[in-house]
Amino acid sequence: MLRFVLRRLLLMVPVLFGLSVLLFAWVRALPGDPARALLGERATPEGIESITRLYGFDKPLLEQYWIYLQQLVTFDFGSSVRDGRPVTDTFLEQFPATMELTAAAMLFAIVLGIPLGYISARRRGGAVDSAVIGGSLLGVVIPVFFLALLLKLVFAIELGWFPTTGRQDARVDATHITNFYVLDGLLTREWDSSWDAIVHLVLPGIALGTIPLAIIVRITRASVAEVIHEDYVRTADAKGLAPQTIRNRHVLRNAMLPVLTTIGLLLGLLLSGAVLTETVFAFSGIGSYLFDAISQRDYPVLQGYILFIALIYSLINLLVDIGYGVIDPRVRVS
Amino acid sequence: MRLPTTRACCVLTVGALALGLTACADSERSDEPSSGQASGGTFVFAGAEEPVTLDPFYASDGESFRVARQMFEGLVGTKPGTADPAPLLATDWTTNEDSTSTTFTLQEGVKFHDGTDFNAEAVCANFERWYNTPPGIAQSEALTYYWQSLFGGFAEGENTDSLYESCETNGEFEVTINLTRPFVGFVPALSLPAFAMQSPTALDKYAVPAGKNPTQGPYATKYPTGTGPFKLDTWEQGTEVRLARNDDYWGEPALVDEAVVVAIADPTARADALRSGDVDGFDLVGPADVDPLAEEGFTIVDRAAFNILYLGMNQNTEPLDDPLVREAIAHAIDKEEVVSASLPEGTVPATQFMPDLVNGYSPDVETYDYDPQLAEEMLAEAGQSDLTLEFNYPTEISRPYMPSPGDTFNVIRSQLEAVGITVKPTADQWEDYLGKIQGTDKHGIHLLGWTGDYNDPDNFVGVFFGRESSEWGYDNPKLFDALAEGRTLTSLEEQDAYYQGVNEQIMEFLPGVPLASPVPSLAFSEEVTGYVSSPVQDEVWSTVSVG
Repeated sequence: MLRFVLRRLLLMVPVLFGLSVLLFAWVRALPGDPARALLGERATPEGIESITRLYGFDKPLLEQYWIYLQQLVTFDFGSSVRDGRPVTDTFLEQFPATMELTAAAMLFAIVLGIPLGYISARRRGGAVDSAVIGGSLLGVVIPVFFLALLLKLVFAIELGWFPTTGRQDARVDATHITNFYVLDGLLTREWDSSWDAIVHLVLPGIALGTIPLAIIVRITRASVAEVIHEDYVRTADAKGLAPQTIRNRHVLRNAMLPVLTTIGLLLGLLLSGAVLTETVFAFSGIGSYLFDAISQRDYPVLQGYILFIALIYSLINLLVDIGYGVIDPRVRVS
Repeated sequence: MRLPTTRACCVLTVGALALGLTACADSERSDEPSSGQASGGTFVFAGAEEPVTLDPFYASDGESFRVARQMFEGLVGTKPGTADPAPLLATDWTTNEDSTSTTFTLQEGVKFHDGTDFNAEAVCANFERWYNTPPGIAQSEALTYYWQSLFGGFAEGENTDSLYESCETNGEFEVTINLTRPFVGFVPALSLPAFAMQSPTALDKYAVPAGKNPTQGPYATKYPTGTGPFKLDTWEQGTEVRLARNDDYWGEPALVDEAVVVAIADPTARADALRSGDVDGFDLVGPADVDPLAEEGFTIVDRAAFNILYLGMNQNTEPLDDPLVREAIAHAIDKEEVVSASLPEGTVPATQFMPDLVNGYSPDVETYDYDPQLAEEMLAEAGQSDLTLEFNYPTEISRPYMPSPGDTFNVIRSQLEAVGITVKPTADQWEDYLGKIQGTDKHGIHLLGWTGDYNDPDNFVGVFFGRESSEWGYDNPKLFDALAEGRTLTSLEEQDAYYQGVNEQIMEFLPGVPLASPVPSLAFSEEVTGYVSSPVQDEVWSTVSVG
């Protein structure tokens, strides 16, 4: 297992290197330039020239890439052109927000999705199944930003149950240690601040988690439907095992493999999907910052953030592969 | 246009608001006259973006200035509701005849938040700090935009041609600033937060090594130290800026205990945050949100317009170099309709390239009234009866002077089409758009504008027409010279008369069509009172109370 993990980690190096080349080429292929974006209407030819020179954007592309690569090797991702902050600092500061949001969305999708998929498979063709299938279809097709606005309108503005924006009420006196607000509240025993952070996660979590929920329901349903007709399930049934034992040890455990793969893939998608949700809910994570960076042509932020996201995505996939081994001993053996 | 009743009752004019405020401040004082104790509570305000830095000298963005105005004060402020200079940390000033030397008498008994005395030495320390900005990143236009556009160069570096010459102290509370050449806009320019007074002690203590980016150093993120009614509590970057009341403030202390500034980029999300009570007020209300919010009982505060939206014409593109064609286009545009269909209520059509609050505004410019028939005749006379024009406009952007460019474009397009002009629309995203208009010749007529920084005509017409540019595509040495000479004038009266002439000259030349100065709005919950708006956003929250 250790060799497997090491090999996978080493494999990530050429992948990330290739991505750095693509990213470098892509951000520079974007029309417009950061100096003009930075100065806006106030741009003068001299101002643009001085900023372009200051950040080295006037150097030949190969030289710029070489400098970028040298910085990467020393884990220096440069500083934002817009606010001058080191890219690593802002990422580490904002990542907990996106992580919290992604976790909330995933929790919502898994906790609701797996049971719904299971029930739907067991009652195939019934009313519950039809409702679940219809609902999941709706979940997949509804655009995230539309759902987010709808949720806000109904549950925050009309009913007033939840806040509309941010991660925490500005009037709550909270101490932030790790920047995971829910955790911070627990660590500092400021229960109200933890609760407030959870309340702020509900609507964005649902908005972001709806598509994964729909996908998980469908995959679980298909997978369970397949597994329940397997010989070993029939054998277990014939042996007289209790239904819940069959469900937990034979059906769900085997049906979970494709679901786990999907969850791994979805986590990566959620990291990038958070851009829209974070913007609608003014949730200050990596998504909204990345969104601004695109419009500002903030090269260092774009390059750094996307590389970080790719790294996290690769690590999640690695974890999923390790998870296979835990769930299915056959994978471990092979 | 008639206001809906609910809106009419909620919209507060600047004057009425200021009156209400006086009453409010009076009642506060009469309740607790001696201690000046505050009403308390937290005022949560949403801007559109995070501040870039809390050291205002290195800022040029509105959000950094918004926070800076609470913590810092300059020698000069502005008269409420206007862009005219008013005493602040300087109680009085006199300028010599040729506008090269100004002596300020300082307010006594003022201390910075760290206990350092504010006096003539502190003023000189600030001017010397600005002038001695180290070469490198700090001298980039992104960081020291205002110093460079007003004072030119620095003591050392690429540009050493500076307007600043020296600072002399005459006793503890009198200071003289000498300039190398006349600059009549010097005193009004000092009302910009970039030139606010900062504690020399704190600046020394938390200095950033030369060559490093000063916008993110410890001073600019944790210890910004001014003399204002609020001081920094914490800046959690990416989340919020918390300001605590400065109980030792030299003037009337702030009414609220605490003010929090959050960033919500999307205008609809800002409105929703107000509706759900997450924030107590927000800036840059989308034009479409103004009426619904007013009808729901929220308070809308209008800010007197200090901006200009115009239709630019690129004379590098034929036949826009023909004055007759430009004149025909001007006559084809019904500005009243442009305003009613695409700009906030209360907006007045413009006759020249600056709002009427600015020194040098002329009542006598050529106005090119709406006359579609005359426009058609002029086009025929110019041999352009079947004229096709590229019309550039930006998408997915909202600026205070251009809240909904797509709508403005549509109104003007139909007006141009009505006089027989075929319009070829070209829409671009904001950054690409700016690049195309300001950096290339490949554009026809376009929408753009400007928000003024302080009361100086050069800050409007000088910026637009002071030199050859890709945006306008003309070479008019007479106009360039006239604007260059305007910068050497030595008195405000002289400047006023002179720029009236310049405005008339510009409108005769007609490089573009000034459209309007849209009125920006702020929105507040019913509990908020005492917010005084300012055309140049010199809005200090010491008079605001919540609940």
